[in-house]
Amino acid sequence: MGMFSRRWRSPEFDDDDVHVLAVDDSLVDRKVIERLLKITSCKVTAVDSGWRALQYLGLDQQQEDDDTSPPHFVNVDLIITDYCMPGMTGYELLKKIKGSATFREVPVVIMSSENVLARIDRCLEEGAEDFIVKPVKLSDVKRLKDYMFGTTTTHLHTSPPNHNNNINKEDKATLNKRKLQEMSDASPSTSTSSSSPTLSPSPSPS
Amino acid sequence: MAAVSQLQRQFIEYATSLYNEGYLDDQFTQLQKLQDESNPDFVVEVVSLFFEDSEKLLNNLATALQQKIVDYKQVDSHVHQFKGSSSSIGAQRVTTVCVHFRNYCDEQNLDGCLRCLQQLNHEYILVRNKLEALFRLEQQILQAGGSIPMME
Repeated sequence: MGMFSRRWRSPEFDDDDVHVLAVDDSLVDRKVIERLLKITSCKVTAVDSGWRALQYLGLDQQQEDDDTSPPHFVNVDLIITDYCMPGMTGYELLKKIKGSATFREVPVVIMSSENVLARIDRCLEEGAEDFIVKPVKLSDVKRLKDYMFGTTTTHLHTSPPNHNNNINKEDKATLNKRKLQEMSDASPSTSTSSSSPTLSPSPSPS
Repeated sequence: MAAVSQLQRQFIEYATSLYNEGYLDDQFTQLQKLQDESNPDFVVEVVSLFFEDSEKLLNNLATALQQKIVDYKQVDSHVHQFKGSSSSIGAQRVTTVCVHFRNYCDEQNLDGCLRCLQQLNHEYILVRNKLEALFRLEQQILQAGGSIPMME
């Protein structure tokens, strides 16, 4: 079932690297997070505010909830955002993303220099996948990438070990629930609720 | 060559002292891990951004604290930024001053704030000088044909 692999990738990314949208108002932190992500083989788009992030995702217009709006060609596998930002906080950005039909299934990770339990809880309740306390280290990013997207040698979901790159890429594709939504829209026979191994869509744990 | 190993020893001694005296912490080592042949100037680039950012923030802080009616939220916001960037590059002593500074902002204690600003200026200049010295040592090693030792 090779049909899952490349159909939903936008033209500018012709490989299956994980694409991360990084949001941070600090220039220093943006440079660091960008490097951290690139060194772990991610493609990075770094923006300096929640508004720019929404613009990039095409969510800055009113019609984000309208399913008949033109399809987005933005392909984002993960959004990692600072919490404390002027204008729109990371929490507010998280809510907007989770409120969007197109991007609600994209995992969002919050970064914050403040290790406040109430803040962490609030973010997780709103649907954040994870919360990283700054300063961000290489081990944080590696851990994140590994458990969300697997690596070519380590898979943390239930499928059996894969022996070639094509299957790994398809697994990566299946972990992104947004793509699952599109797949089920495109091909009614595809089930999104089963968790069969390897090539079928499997829901990620909440 | 004797010169290279001598320079490398100097580098290790100097870097070690910076860690021991609290000027730098583990986050600086983290940044060095991100530097490689494809990004040989990464640390210098990030630190340069930090220098630019810091100088702006220090100016903004001075201005904010000179106002007839001080907006402590604004002051706190600048300090928060400074705390973040200094922590991201491992400039530990700067970060520590920022923590105290924020407490004074919470208390709306002008004297405390002004003292912290002075300290912040002082610590910033210190770490800037030391990092510049460290980078100069690195350049000397590279020019002598050696490689920069990795810190543990």
